[in-house]
Amino acid sequence: MVFLDFEKPLETLFEQLEKIKQVGEQGDLDVTPMVKELENKIAITRKEIYANLSGWQKVQLSRHPERPYTLYYISQMCKRFNELHGDRHFGDDKAIVGGLANLDGQTVMILGHQKGTNTKMRQYRNFGMANPEGYRKALRLMKLAEKFGFPVITLIDTPGAFPGLEAEERGQAEAIARNIYEMMVLKVPVICVVIGEGASGGAIGIGVGDRVFMLENTWYSVISPESCSSILWHSWEHKETAAEALKLTAEDMFGFGLVDGIIKEPVGGAHTAPEEMAKILKKQLKKELAELSELSAEERVQQRILKFSSMGRFEQLPDSKLAKLTATADKK
Amino acid sequence: MGWFKRLKEGITTNTKNKKEVPDGLWNICPKCKTTLSVKQLEENFFKCTNCNYHFRIGSHDYYDLIFDNSKYTELFADIISVDILHFVDMKSYSDRLEESVKKTNLLDSMTVAYGKVDKKPLVIAAMDFNFIGGSMGSVMGEKIARGVDYAIEQKCPFMIISKSGGARMMESAFSLMQMAKTTAKLTQLSTAGLPYFSLMTDPTTGGVTASFAMIGDVHLAEPEALIGFAGPRVIRETIKKDLPEGFQTAEFLLEKGFIDLIVDRQSLKATLSDLLNYFVQKETTTQHPVAEPST
Ligand SMILES: [Zn+2]
Repeated sequence: MVFLDFEKPLETLFEQLEKIKQVGEQGDLDVTPMVKELENKIAITRKEIYANLSGWQKVQLSRHPERPYTLYYISQMCKRFNELHGDRHFGDDKAIVGGLANLDGQTVMILGHQKGTNTKMRQYRNFGMANPEGYRKALRLMKLAEKFGFPVITLIDTPGAFPGLEAEERGQAEAIARNIYEMMVLKVPVICVVIGEGASGGAIGIGVGDRVFMLENTWYSVISPESCSSILWHSWEHKETAAEALKLTAEDMFGFGLVDGIIKEPVGGAHTAPEEMAKILKKQLKKELAELSELSAEERVQQRILKFSSMGRFEQLPDSKLAKLTATADKK
Repeated sequence: MGWFKRLKEGITTNTKNKKEVPDGLWNICPKCKTTLSVKQLEENFFKCTNCNYHFRIGSHDYYDLIFDNSKYTELFADIISVDILHFVDMKSYSDRLEESVKKTNLLDSMTVAYGKVDKKPLVIAAMDFNFIGGSMGSVMGEKIARGVDYAIEQKCPFMIISKSGGARMMESAFSLMQMAKTTAKLTQLSTAGLPYFSLMTDPTTGGVTASFAMIGDVHLAEPEALIGFAGPRVIRETIKKDLPEGFQTAEFLLEKGFIDLIVDRQSLKATLSDLLNYFVQKETTTQHPVAEPST
């Protein structure tokens, strides 16, 4: 088990539990009551720690090395899954996976960012940072789904679109822009879920849906706390402050009306009970799919456009205040 | 409303919108170091007379260059930013806004204008890099949204002149969602059958490039403009190598197939006029067939 810095009290308790269990295995002593007591203590401590997580702590959780990734959720939720590869132009990006799946009898197109589970695989998956061909593969699969009327489910988990030389050559910006445009008018139901990191253009490049959800311990922001710290504070040291300032948690995002809902995680985070997490996610997806299938394609697209068109906070000045400032603009 | 109230007290005289090119008597070309007078620059479309470097200019400079007799109406000028997140880094967002308004005499990094180009109507939304790096926040998104609505109402083409470092971090996810918002509005423009021209100028990067700038019906760019998703510094740090000469320039993007044409500022108006002729004519033809069937 991997413990994060703020989980230290838990780590100590788990160590004690291990020791007592070992003693128990040696024979003579009945350790059952002590084990029970410790397990209780662990549950309580966990609840306390997780009741009040800071923005930065949630960022840490979203990156927990044992956190479930896209392919895990697919394997847990779907009876069958056939991965489909390639963008038909350049290649097959390993940082975005997708394919056709059977979700309790219903055919769906399910795709998402994929991170690796060990050092070798993390590199193979480019740490979940997609190149343009990843976004173009995603688009190809979504258009295929549209052609045959399959709902689209996207799972978002990326520290950002890959900022590499070749990514620029092949049009990273165009690929993301095109996806946003096409997802906005896709005729089939689209559900997006942030399952880990939701960083910037790399996230929204597969993040335009009728419903956009965030798992409880994830983040969604225009920039990672580290990069934000480096740009605005000119140092990497202010990532915790930046994480707070960016208001990037699921709670913040839901509060601002920028996502449609929060999906609860098991206490202690998705990685402590991944099977349960997958069950919770599946239940939510099925409920939303049922609701969205009641609407016509036109209604869904209209509502999607309206939802995203309404995002933003600004103020409109009364004319008098403005007159002074803009009097020059027209008369030149 | 806090930051604006404070600011209002300070605004007593009303000067013209400040130019991106400083109003000092002389300017030094950043590329070839030639010394140029303001007059020389103005007469040469704010380009270096020696090496043709395109100086960064403001939204109103573009309107002056593009619209007939430099006459146009600014639209939606009354929309201002709110510090919704109460964002504080080394200074507060409110202070940043206040300083930027004082410095530029603009209310945000985008203005929208309506005017005629060789008598053909056009709505232009253009950015001012002097205002927090031309960054995209809720105001930019809303101005583009209303600009699109206005173009649909007037049945006229729409254009965005980009000059931006990308998203405005101080508005976090609100800024990010402007990528989706502006794109959502552009789908409506498309449904209305109206053309959208995207002009990318130096610099056009980040969320601006990765949304509305790259989904134009026609992509224009100014010579040598820096255009990209990630900034050169970030890419250098990622690949730990120097970037090749000319990487991420307009010419590079043209070569890679992402730009339709590079336009010298001197011929920008003529090019736009051509485009408007093509697209507007097409619309007229579909509405009024040339030959009516006789009865
Ligand atoms: Zn020069």
